[in-house]
Amino acid sequence: MSTTAEKPAAPDSEPGAAGPTAAGKRQPSTGRRPGKTGKVRRLTRRDRLVLAIMVGLPTLIQLLLVWLPTLFSIGLSFTRWNGLDLKDIKPAGTDNYSFVFKDYPPFWPAVQHNILWLVFLALIATPLGLLLAVLLDQKIRGSKIYQSIFFTPVMLSLALIGIIWQLFYNRDSGLLNYLLGTAGKPQAVDWFGDSNVNIWAAMVAATWRHAGYVMILYLAGLKGVDPSLKEAAAIDGANAVQTFFRVVFPAMRPVNIVIVVITIIESLRAFDIVYVINRGTNGLELLSALVIQNLVGEGQVIGVGSALAVILLVISLIPIVFYLIRTFGKESKA
Amino acid sequence: MSTLANPIPNTTVTVVGQNSRKRHYGTHIFLTVMAVMWLIPLAWALFTALRPKADTDKYGYFSFGGTFNFDNFLTAWTQGGFSKYLFNSLIITVPAVLGTLLFASMMAFAVSRVSWKFNITLLIMFTAGNLLPPQVLAAPLFEMFKHLSLPYSFSDSGNLLNTYISVIAVDTAFQIGFCTFVLSNYMKALSSDLTEAALVDGAGIWRQYWNIILPLCRPALAALGTLEVIFIYNDFFWPLLFIQSGSRLPITTAINNLQGEFLSNYNLLAAGATITVIPTLIIYLVLQRQFVAGLTLGSSKG
Repeated sequence: MSTTAEKPAAPDSEPGAAGPTAAGKRQPSTGRRPGKTGKVRRLTRRDRLVLAIMVGLPTLIQLLLVWLPTLFSIGLSFTRWNGLDLKDIKPAGTDNYSFVFKDYPPFWPAVQHNILWLVFLALIATPLGLLLAVLLDQKIRGSKIYQSIFFTPVMLSLALIGIIWQLFYNRDSGLLNYLLGTAGKPQAVDWFGDSNVNIWAAMVAATWRHAGYVMILYLAGLKGVDPSLKEAAAIDGANAVQTFFRVVFPAMRPVNIVIVVITIIESLRAFDIVYVINRGTNGLELLSALVIQNLVGEGQVIGVGSALAVILLVISLIPIVFYLIRTFGKESKA
Repeated sequence: MSTLANPIPNTTVTVVGQNSRKRHYGTHIFLTVMAVMWLIPLAWALFTALRPKADTDKYGYFSFGGTFNFDNFLTAWTQGGFSKYLFNSLIITVPAVLGTLLFASMMAFAVSRVSWKFNITLLIMFTAGNLLPPQVLAAPLFEMFKHLSLPYSFSDSGNLLNTYISVIAVDTAFQIGFCTFVLSNYMKALSSDLTEAALVDGAGIWRQYWNIILPLCRPALAALGTLEVIFIYNDFFWPLLFIQSGSRLPITTAINNLQGEFLSNYNLLAAGATITVIPTLIIYLVLQRQFVAGLTLGSSKG
């Protein structure tokens, strides 16, 4: 086996012992890649094979099941297809897009709902999570218990949250209408069924989870802030609020970026909860739900569904690219 | 990685300690009100689940009349098929989590411990893949699996649809990105002397990975493992898309079907929801520290 001949320590430590032919073969390969790829140089053939598998297998899975389908989605969005025979795929130009933009009634409401979802998470849920984190970061009794309570919904799936809140919101049996004193009366509201209010009811349920998530990230972020910064601010005469907004909050920049990205992506990914409530119809239209409505069921229009998927993809790429630049920008330059 | 050692900050020395004691009354009132509001939906589900349907019909849902027992849980467990659904969740979650951790750690090792040309490119690709909305790839994946013919001895649908493998594979592919990102950051923080020394001793790449680096990553793997168990157990979408026969659904997706079946019986639905919560709650109580560490690991670098 060549593995033994090419043991990493061999060439430098005992140049004379190795046969002249073997040394001659090795020398050029080391000479070709000086310095920079120092570690690769010393790898044996077997090591290279192992490395190739270690990189290749996950990369293959990732390409095959994530990136190839993404490209297919883009391709299918320019075709007409019923999903049955691959031969039936017909080019359709940009027909699917013009249909979605002009003639597909739920599209613009869905865009509005996605934006509303984002604004609600950004202005209500995220600040609430931050507030809870700041309060719990103080030296108060029972902080752990409070944290556990606020954090519990983060463990639950959004689908299950939809069901749990369905029980709470229900017109006839839900707690909320009893608490409001409207249960059993005509003015009782079906919180998830009434298209005027259900998006708000769903966003409140989503906040239940999102705030806890934000809280836990900020608790970790607050712990990472150098206490001497706060002391310095206090010596300069800043009050608690000033200290927080001028010193502590800016110091948590990495966490802030992650939370901005999470908030945007969560609002684009919101799907489970509206699907559990009514499959994303009747006031709960969201882009992600429209994609699925066009892909499954009777009126299978894969072209339209894919066009919607591509629109969702393009919007999602904005926060994703922002995040990647923030995260990897420094490293690529170096 | 101090985040791992003590993820939840419980005490921070506040400079304004002297005058803060007064304001804590207000804080406690606010937090208690919030905490009660936070618990109400869960408490209501449990309350409803513990009462027989006949009693709630008679006395109303908002009452304490009648008896409290576990009959709804038993009905959901046996007739509702929750024992089966929970088992399906197990079949999907365990291989998916192990696969994710294995592949992600191999990838992370390669990009963080061995320097070569494409490692940043690959890392970017992996991280971005994890952030995509799953609906973006739904149609092509569904069609790919549908058109991939398999022997009927392997799959009774004749293709990859309606199999556990389809869900396990896609869950794994989707989660590898996040885990690779976190693990590669963790491995980068380990001293390079460790593998240099091993290299001098003649240890191959696999031994460096398996015997040296992986054991050192145990805290990160434990945190990520806990997190991934929850993520994949909670996954609603992929089984919804790939699995048609109700008897193969994992519990998170199955409960949506039961919503239709139990439409008039909220007590049973509540029991089903509570059963679905229980495994996550157990993991939460036992491994809370790991779970929180896993969540914050991803954000410690940005």
